[in-house]
Amino acid sequence: MSSAKLPPLPAILLANDLLDGDVVFRTATGWSRNPTEALIAQDTASATALEAEGRTAMAGNHVVDAYLVDVEISDAGIPVPRHFRERFRILGPSIRPDLGKQAEFPAIRDAAHD
Amino acid sequence: MYRYDEFDERFVRERVAQFRDQVNRRLSGAITEDEFKPLRLKNGVYLQLHAYMLRIAIPYGTLSARQLRQLALIGEKFDRGYGHFTTRQNLQFNWPRLRDVPEILDLLADVEMHCIQTSGNCIRNVTADQFSGVAADEIEDPRPVAELIRQWSSAHPEFSYLPRKFKIAVTGAAHDRAAVKVHDIGLRIVRNTAGETGYEIIVGGGLGRTPMIGKVVRDFLPKGDLLAYLEALMRVYNAEGRRDNKYKARVKILVHEIGIEEFQARVEAEFAALDRTTINADREEVARIAAYFAAPPYEKRPAVSQTYQAARAANPAFAAWADVNVTPHKAPGYAALTISLKGIGAVPGDMTSEQMRAAAGLAERYSFGELRVTHAQNLVLPHVAQDDLFAVWKALGNARLAEANVGLITDIIACPGLDYCALATARSIPIAQALSQRFADPARQREIGPLGIKISGCINACGHHHVGNIGILGLEKRGEESYQITLGGDATENAALGDILGPGLTAAEVPDAIERLVEVYLGQRNTGEAFIDTVRRLGIAPFKAAFLQEIDHAAA
Repeated sequence: MSSAKLPPLPAILLANDLLDGDVVFRTATGWSRNPTEALIAQDTASATALEAEGRTAMAGNHVVDAYLVDVEISDAGIPVPRHFRERFRILGPSIRPDLGKQAEFPAIRDAAHD
Repeated sequence: MYRYDEFDERFVRERVAQFRDQVNRRLSGAITEDEFKPLRLKNGVYLQLHAYMLRIAIPYGTLSARQLRQLALIGEKFDRGYGHFTTRQNLQFNWPRLRDVPEILDLLADVEMHCIQTSGNCIRNVTADQFSGVAADEIEDPRPVAELIRQWSSAHPEFSYLPRKFKIAVTGAAHDRAAVKVHDIGLRIVRNTAGETGYEIIVGGGLGRTPMIGKVVRDFLPKGDLLAYLEALMRVYNAEGRRDNKYKARVKILVHEIGIEEFQARVEAEFAALDRTTINADREEVARIAAYFAAPPYEKRPAVSQTYQAARAANPAFAAWADVNVTPHKAPGYAALTISLKGIGAVPGDMTSEQMRAAAGLAERYSFGELRVTHAQNLVLPHVAQDDLFAVWKALGNARLAEANVGLITDIIACPGLDYCALATARSIPIAQALSQRFADPARQREIGPLGIKISGCINACGHHHVGNIGILGLEKRGEESYQITLGGDATENAALGDILGPGLTAAEVPDAIERLVEVYLGQRNTGEAFIDTVRRLGIAPFKAAFLQEIDHAAA
């Protein structure tokens, strides 16, 4: 099966953890709950490889709903989604700064609000 | 309240065991996500933006103090210490882990609750007037019929794979507090010229991307024929509702495409051909159900409580709260009391576990252990002695639950929107919060009077924006959140869909725009005229002019 059209680059791969539902990110070595650790695909070849990792992880019942998200890179080198939907997704509810990844990983909050 | 019999108990427990097994098979890889998804949805488990979400059915919005305490416990133990009451009188938890859901379902079953049919293409949780059984304007308590429909529709083999979801609402009162005209089926208890009670059946209402007001398909149905008639109607829909396009699959589209007369003819033909006696509930069963909804043992009280009147006179803040949060009751000396979940700047419908326990405690002490959930995302203590209202108000204040705004401009309905929901196109809650802050002044709210603002974060309209006196729909426009404003919607017996006022606004522009609409109303209303009535009398033109003027200013 050929992969769908890739988003603009750079991009990261995110998904939901099957067991916990939490948003997880593909890193160089596996999956992380921390968005600042996401592996950034700068070119088509690495984006295609990331996407393939997502399909493998879905088939292996580790994650669900894996897809690539186009990002900007903050001054601190942290990937921040360009689209507001995905930004909320990796931060947590905007109305509850005490919950979600924005509370757990302040670096992503700072990067997104730059 | 209804109590499970041995069959109900076994049915719910078996469902929990089945779901536990399904989760295990999903985790072992024995079933794929595509196979698992419809199973989890049938048990109320969604996957949202940040986590799984669990939607718990609160049948016809009736809840016991014991059940609310259990929800508080689940919120603390398995979630983040709060839950969210929805526009379909359900409760959602935003953060459960899939691995914990079977245990949560067991805890729910312990208090006769479940998540069955809170999602999927089946007949959903039946909603009802929150003042069922207590409203002074009621012909008859609609909860026995709501419970009968729940039992009939639960795992109904013929209607478990409908073209699309199916929502039923019931009311027994003249004033419609259950939005029956915007449901797939709306059921009103009515009295015919011979003085008998029966049902008026309304079909094909709904919101979403194609909003429609329901049409009467049967103006008087004898009570005994209800299930046979519903079965006939569902058969027509199940057979002829579109399955080729999910956006055209609701019964409202079928009714619209073939016309109400043709739809009615097909339902009546099906109804005539059915063996009614095998489908209709037998009288003993109907009586058994009805007995559970007998009035609690009210004490004999004078119609007017001197204690209450004295407390009102001595405490203006209490009187202001009681003016909008207290509703007349059938029983002399009692009142139904609405607990606002719309504190200024709060998230509409959210309640902490601590607040749930406080409300449960008050229900136990003052309301025969019973509560209701409203489709406007508030709670109700349905049977409070007027003598006790002052004490309850003070206790509610301690739990930050004494906002005096029921039905007013800050009593805003809002869906979870893009803060939680995977389907949302924009956020709704921050808009509600900004408007709540803007109109926070209690005196100004009272001066404005009844005004319903309803906000949805996408076209699916869980926030009922089409029927808001002022409706707000969040969309995406060129990579930004954009808000479309409608005016003149109404969810009551005078159901109407709002008209769009003009181009979309940014979030920051919304409060000023709403302010301008309110100013037009305050400037042009007749004495005692509510916002919606002024809009009806004047039409949208003067409001539209003020709205567009503001856009011009913003653009300049």
